[in-house]
Amino acid sequence: MAAANGIGRAVLPWALTLLWIGAIVFALLLFVGAPFGEAISGFLQGAFGGRRHAYLMATLSRSALIVGMAVSVMLSFRAGLFNIGGEGQLVAGGLAAALAAILLPGPPLLVLVAAIFAAMLAGAAWALLAGVLQLYMGVPLLVGSLLLNYPIRYIASYMVAHPFRDVPSGMVQSHLVPQGTWLASFPGTRLDVGILFTLAATAFALVYSYSTVHGYHTRLNGLSKEFARTVGLPVRKLTLQTLAISGAIAGLVGAIAVFGIHHRYIDGMLVQPLYAWTGIIAVLLVGMVPWAVPLSGFFFAAVQTGAAGMERTAGVPKEIALVIQAVIILFVASRVSGALSSKDGGRGGDA
Amino acid sequence: MLDLLLDPSFAASVPRFVTPILLAALGGALCERAGVFNIALEGFLLTGAFAAVLGAYFSGSPYLGALAAMAAGMALGLVFAEFNLRRGGDSIVVSIAINLLAAGLTTFLLRAIFDVTGAFSDPAIAGFGTVRLPFIEAVPGLGPILSGQSVLFYISVACVPLLHLFLARHRLGLRIRAAGENAEALRAGGVNPRGVQLLALVACGALCGLGGAQLSIANVNLFVENMSAGRGWIAVVAVLLTGGRPWPLFFIALLFGAVDSLSFRVQGLGLAQQFTDMMPYLATLIVLVTLSWWRAKRAKGDAS
Repeated sequence: MAAANGIGRAVLPWALTLLWIGAIVFALLLFVGAPFGEAISGFLQGAFGGRRHAYLMATLSRSALIVGMAVSVMLSFRAGLFNIGGEGQLVAGGLAAALAAILLPGPPLLVLVAAIFAAMLAGAAWALLAGVLQLYMGVPLLVGSLLLNYPIRYIASYMVAHPFRDVPSGMVQSHLVPQGTWLASFPGTRLDVGILFTLAATAFALVYSYSTVHGYHTRLNGLSKEFARTVGLPVRKLTLQTLAISGAIAGLVGAIAVFGIHHRYIDGMLVQPLYAWTGIIAVLLVGMVPWAVPLSGFFFAAVQTGAAGMERTAGVPKEIALVIQAVIILFVASRVSGALSSKDGGRGGDA
Repeated sequence: MLDLLLDPSFAASVPRFVTPILLAALGGALCERAGVFNIALEGFLLTGAFAAVLGAYFSGSPYLGALAAMAAGMALGLVFAEFNLRRGGDSIVVSIAINLLAAGLTTFLLRAIFDVTGAFSDPAIAGFGTVRLPFIEAVPGLGPILSGQSVLFYISVACVPLLHLFLARHRLGLRIRAAGENAEALRAGGVNPRGVQLLALVACGALCGLGGAQLSIANVNLFVENMSAGRGWIAVVAVLLTGGRPWPLFFIALLFGAVDSLSFRVQGLGLAQQFTDMMPYLATLIVLVTLSWWRAKRAKGDAS
């Protein structure tokens, strides 16, 4: 076979994939009778435009949360741990951050630091719970971590509906956190500095994945549990440590949402936008390659804010974003899924 | 608490909650036995619930609504098969994508077709009535439970022995089990395991679709965004716990459905709704822990 033939064979499937995705989006637009040109320009405007790039800032703000969640699950997935409970860890973090900031006395900066710490602790604890369920009680991580999403969602909902509710506001939400703890915005924009925390977490995850012994060991565990066990790696300890790191990052993302965006905990604010699930598919899109994860997280954030733009200009329901994301994952994941192995059906064995 | 459990209206409400979990779990069992790791039951259920409302609204018949739900579930089964079996995508990835697709497509279509967000209810949605069984309803105790349910409940219960016999005796049932246990042997016998797995996925879609119809046009007469609310995941757990064997599955679904129903009932007792809402998930975790503890103990007993 000629080399040119080989290149053709590599490019053609991707071209077909793009064509399919484009055709499906086109069909959806046709279905709602949206003007095609306006939809496209609305999408681009909504994702990257706006006066003084206001919408681009919104995209960046959203990607701060999505990339953070993506980095969190990436560390678990690379270690072969099907932790799909990021949502619960995120909620635990957001709730802990808001409650700590409301309850703790002291200078705002100190309160902020303590609250972020509390958020990371809460996220890590919630992830560890799933790990303990798998290691010591035989509950597969895949279902254990997922089922744990629901209790914490309702616990958080209860906390802001009853004991810590801001009753006069009439909404199911906590009181505002002290104004001194609010994250500042970049000068001249409405983008808060929360994204810097995500960048720090991403930098940590990249260094951890690419150049630490610990990260290397967890990767071995992800590639072959038998091998990791045979060469004497402390598999249980690695599992729990990895989950704790994942959970802590998810908790941090919850804190960013509280201090940077909402300034309180609102019921459903971390669940409804599907940040955790978007983070998961952002990791799957690029086959868990660490350096590409922030890019794909930004991409999905842009799909979501772009869809909101399409709704404004062309009346396309913005939920189209979810459909587009799912379709992309379906088509692309089957091309890169070699990177992810669920041969044991994600049951995780007894590792 | 005991009063509540003995309350006949509690018992009579259990089947309403059992049906969707049982139907989804039976579908999942087919996939499990065929060797397809399908954890997209949540998305299948949600799609079924939406399609049922769509069909019942436009046709005016709950039966056509249920058929639409089955068709939508089967279509989703085909999508799963295309990306998992034919294109070789990882089953967990495909499942996650299908769950998101279902959540996205149902809310998208809800707005595109009915121009509402959140929930759609309309008197034109034809719901299933209840079926009264003339002699059985007079039986004390069991009568009110077994009689006066939707037709989907009776179908779901009938499916348990049928699926059991099908897997144990029928040629296709044997092939499904062979696809799951030893695909090479099946291929050697001249049968393509993927074709068998495709059938299992499509049948799973049909069963989950019916389960969704129970949620939207039998229990209530409306569609609410994300109304499957984790029941598909509970069905996944039921399948994992039982290895996809129909009879054990039936009892697990009965248990989960009873807890679901109980959590609905205790809301009247002054317990905050958030705590009753989390009961099904906690119960599922408790059952998971208990069963694996019991299995570990039994394995130890066998070894000694």
